[in-house]
Amino acid sequence: MKIVKKGQAGTMQSSDLMVTVEPADELVIDIQSTVKKQFEHLIRAKLEEVLARCGVTAGKIGISDRGALDYAIEARLEAALQRAGGE
Amino acid sequence: MAELKLRRSLLYVPGNMPSMLQNIPLFNCDAIQIDLEDAVPYSEKDAARILVRRFLEGYKDRNKEILVRINGLDTKWALDDLKTVLPALPDGIRLPKADSPEVVERLDTLLTEYEEELGLPIGHFRILPSIETAEGVINAVQTARSSPRLIGLAFGAEDYTATMEIERTKSGEELFNARMNVLWGAKAAGIQAIDSIFADVNDMEALRKETELIKRLGFTGKCMVNPRQIDIIHDVFAPKQAEVDYALEVMDAIKRAREMGTGVISLKGKMIDRPVVVRAARVLNTARAHGMVDVVINEEDIYGAE
Repeated sequence: MKIVKKGQAGTMQSSDLMVTVEPADELVIDIQSTVKKQFEHLIRAKLEEVLARCGVTAGKIGISDRGALDYAIEARLEAALQRAGGE
Repeated sequence: MAELKLRRSLLYVPGNMPSMLQNIPLFNCDAIQIDLEDAVPYSEKDAARILVRRFLEGYKDRNKEILVRINGLDTKWALDDLKTVLPALPDGIRLPKADSPEVVERLDTLLTEYEEELGLPIGHFRILPSIETAEGVINAVQTARSSPRLIGLAFGAEDYTATMEIERTKSGEELFNARMNVLWGAKAAGIQAIDSIFADVNDMEALRKETELIKRLGFTGKCMVNPRQIDIIHDVFAPKQAEVDYALEVMDAIKRAREMGTGVISLKGKMIDRPVVVRAARVLNTARAHGMVDVVINEEDIYGAE
């Protein structure tokens, strides 16, 4: 899918995250997290897995994470992508 | 007699809050109702149903019954709720605004279509309709017989009092007739009757009183908004040891009566006949579901052999 406009999903509550996706020429992922030091690689892997499954090859993906588990990362990214005009 | 499935405590969990969703495996209630309706603002309906889907897909070792409260079938969200959530296999759907049998029948048809699509046996998804308007109360008796998927009727006092344009009180006199109609509908159809939430999570004494009242009326479970309410509800619904002991004595007495060729006998000065035995059997069935006894009561124990 193609990101055609800005899309945002999630909240800043604990165990949740806020995901923002915007159109861009290449794929850029920016991760802010309360547990960045320990888990950045796992969060990035999860984001990349969902992006690949949705066929997203370009876009600016920003997340602000409050200790979300995998299912929430997946769901919030999917919701943001859906709002960004894809799927 | 079929095994009784305990549904004493049904906890609402907001569908758009990961911090609550991921605690679901830890709550010691009998059932969870993940809410996509009132607890989710209009702007978050799309995100909430995706979150619930992904949560349920990861929650593989289910240790309680999982219902999802979708948005009403008269809203633009209901079909997307079903389409997104059903593949993650909840046990059933809590249907808001079940004002008539036709509303439940419509959901029944939709669930059948999804079961065919997902390759599930027809009837896999159960339905718990909410009786929560004046019209719903009037039609409760017919609604209770509207689908074999029904596990019970659930009374929703908050919406009911809103449609009646009255205040809900802690003593609940204003709810009496509505509760009775829901109960008659459910009992006549042989399904469970589940009472409304009690909103004041700081007043445990009033919660206990209300739960004792609705148990006396015939309800077998109660909805909740806060896990702190679980223990009181379980405590009220648990059969008391004295009740269980007495029920065992009743079963024993009627057995002796039948050996003597009669259907009536005196136990400690009280007459024991069929209705008393039916009630005793219900106590023992409930006690068995609580793990208090392991006797299995069959039809012959209650009614005698032909």
